[in-house]
Amino acid sequence: MLSRTADHLFWMSRYIERAENLARLLDVTWQMSLVPQSLDAANQNWNAIIALNSLEAAYAEHYDTVNAENVLRFMVTDPNNYSSIYSCLRLARENAHAVRGTVTSEMWETLNSTWLEAREKSFEQILNAGIGEFFDWVKMRSSLSRGVTIGTLLQDEAFHFIRLGTLLERADNTARILDIKYHVLRPHGDEGATDFYQWGALLRSVSAFEVYRKVYRDVITPERVTELLILRNDMPRSLHFCMNGVVKNLELIANRHSGETQRQAGLLHAQLHYARVEDILAEGLHEWLTDFMDRIYALGDGISKDFLVPMAEAA
Amino acid sequence: MNFYNEMIDANGGVRAHYQGYDEWLKATPPERIARKRAEADLAFHRVGITFAVYGEEAGKERLIPFDIIPRIIPSAEWKAMQAGLRQRVKALNMFLHDIYHDQEILKAGKIPAEQILNNAQYRPIMKGVDVPGGVYAHIAGVDIVRAGAGEFYVLEDNLRVPSGVSYMLEDRKMMMRLFPELFAKHKVAPVQHYPDLLLEKLRAVAPNGVSDPTVVVLTPGAYNSAYFEHTFLAQQMGVELVEGRDLFVKDEVVYMQTTQGPQRVDVIYRRIDDDFLDPLVFRADSALGVPGILRAYQAGNVTLANAIGTGVADDKSIYPYVPEMIRFYLGEEPTLNNVPTYMCRKPDELSYVLANLPKLVVKEVHGAGGYGMLVGPAASKDEIERFRQLLIAKPDGYIAQPTLALSNCPTFVESGIAPRHLDLRPFVLSSGQCVNMVPGGLTRVALTEGSLVVNSSQGGGTKDTWILED
Repeated sequence: MLSRTADHLFWMSRYIERAENLARLLDVTWQMSLVPQSLDAANQNWNAIIALNSLEAAYAEHYDTVNAENVLRFMVTDPNNYSSIYSCLRLARENAHAVRGTVTSEMWETLNSTWLEAREKSFEQILNAGIGEFFDWVKMRSSLSRGVTIGTLLQDEAFHFIRLGTLLERADNTARILDIKYHVLRPHGDEGATDFYQWGALLRSVSAFEVYRKVYRDVITPERVTELLILRNDMPRSLHFCMNGVVKNLELIANRHSGETQRQAGLLHAQLHYARVEDILAEGLHEWLTDFMDRIYALGDGISKDFLVPMAEAA
Repeated sequence: MNFYNEMIDANGGVRAHYQGYDEWLKATPPERIARKRAEADLAFHRVGITFAVYGEEAGKERLIPFDIIPRIIPSAEWKAMQAGLRQRVKALNMFLHDIYHDQEILKAGKIPAEQILNNAQYRPIMKGVDVPGGVYAHIAGVDIVRAGAGEFYVLEDNLRVPSGVSYMLEDRKMMMRLFPELFAKHKVAPVQHYPDLLLEKLRAVAPNGVSDPTVVVLTPGAYNSAYFEHTFLAQQMGVELVEGRDLFVKDEVVYMQTTQGPQRVDVIYRRIDDDFLDPLVFRADSALGVPGILRAYQAGNVTLANAIGTGVADDKSIYPYVPEMIRFYLGEEPTLNNVPTYMCRKPDELSYVLANLPKLVVKEVHGAGGYGMLVGPAASKDEIERFRQLLIAKPDGYIAQPTLALSNCPTFVESGIAPRHLDLRPFVLSSGQCVNMVPGGLTRVALTEGSLVVNSSQGGGTKDTWILED
């Protein structure tokens, strides 16, 4: 398939996945902010979202103070913010538009209507209807587009690039969610109702609350949450699960340039496959996650160089 | 002026081929029709069947209004029109081959040589180049209007990158979805096999010796007004939609960049004008083209559809000579009429035109999309004066034609159902001696009362076109 087409498909799926994870992250922060706490602590959580996405400068350009409403407005509907949910849905649609002949008409129509609907929603309308409802809508639209993809697209190269984009983005986003929340929550210790609600909210944000109960049949502990989201290979939003898919889809699209990228992906996958949560925590979760995110970034870069950038000189 | 109404005859009766539709319309509650019209709008939006409008906000897309009252043509009329189209397009292709080879028609004095050789659309670079099957215009969109019963006129031949076929197909799909009962009641000739026919033609003109050619559609990109159509055709044919930056030329062979490395390309259905195709030869500032593609083309390693240099035959100053081409190459009398045309380059015709501007339609020789034209009867005094100056300053840039009594057809407009003028663009496909088309074409309708300009860029709409089988 055309390198440019693959590029659009890869980014189309990354943006829709990013919108979903952003909705998840904002949702959990929003829910946590409802638990009684000091204003400082609450604003610190909102600040972390800006920092997590490296948006300090862009934010400061448009907003004076960091508070729930401003950050939500900036991250949900602000067209000036290229990382807002609004922008992600627009970019997903733009990428789909560029390859609308390659995807099925159901896929294109799903992304196009998602964008058309998102464009109609003002921040005030979203707040009035209850912001949680909007986050649910984003998650459902993302699920719908994923479902339509799996349900209608021929499982050829286009499909593999879409899956690759989805899983790579999800690995990165789950790592980010875990990184920020772990450090916000960790200092409070293991006791008290607040902690329980906050860990519960984190699990819910990645649709893992029921899964946790099913797997561990026990109280919620940070160690187990970490294990579930990093190492469980049957948990659809865990890093291990995502890397399973990244390795598999990379194999399916391999070309004569992609050996090194495949090796890096395999190495990262093997480390998750054979890792123990106590070793990760001993190394320091933040350090471990930072390294992981760097390597995911390098993988994306490798994929881009091997497949997506024109290779005229190779002729 | 008296206008021929496609549906209603001069005595107010419904024409025979519209009887069935008329009964259906009378029996169908207006609310149902209103609901269906809203449904159609919504569906077109969701599917994104849009076109970008030049000069408007970048990336802005608009729907082409779709009217649910079909334009119906009886089989006998279509058969006559089809024969005329075959004849016309065959002659145009022979003409193009001739002027890029022996120029017999010029030697015979049928067309003044300077009209061709000095024409901006004539490409000397194509002289002596043999194209597969001798076909230049693989896809031709011929605009036809009706002035009376059985009285059809060709308004213009579009031989460069004619567009609109996707609307023909989408309009049919929409009608069948909204009103399946109408299709049970009428024998409407199918058009949905157009992409297959197109692919077959494109494969048939592959360079010599290529048995399983790789065909691609070349688009200027997502911001082009016909981008929807480009993606639609590529998808329907199951071929890659490429942009110039996806292609490169090495050793006079064209390749596309794929995830598995370079892949050879044999046939390019290009939707880019000549000028932008090859920055090494034509416009150096073109970012849409492929450097070196012309060399590959001249070497016979890739086929371009349509061929380079076809523009010289669809130029409005060449149009008056098409009947002569038919006689010269085929030894036949033209079956489709040309509109009488005054060539302002000729002093006596210019003075007639200047004296009769309020009665005439004046068109720019290279104009398209309904831009740069004057419709005399509808124009203000100032407009007419402005054109008078233009004509005096640059007479060879214009032609003029009498205002035709374009037929009209009942159409849904804000005030209800009212007659609006329309034209028809059938899409004629050629490969070698074989000229085919699907029955019908794209019907465009001027939505403004009294307007004779049907172009979508001028706010025109479209209708489904039915050729009724006997």
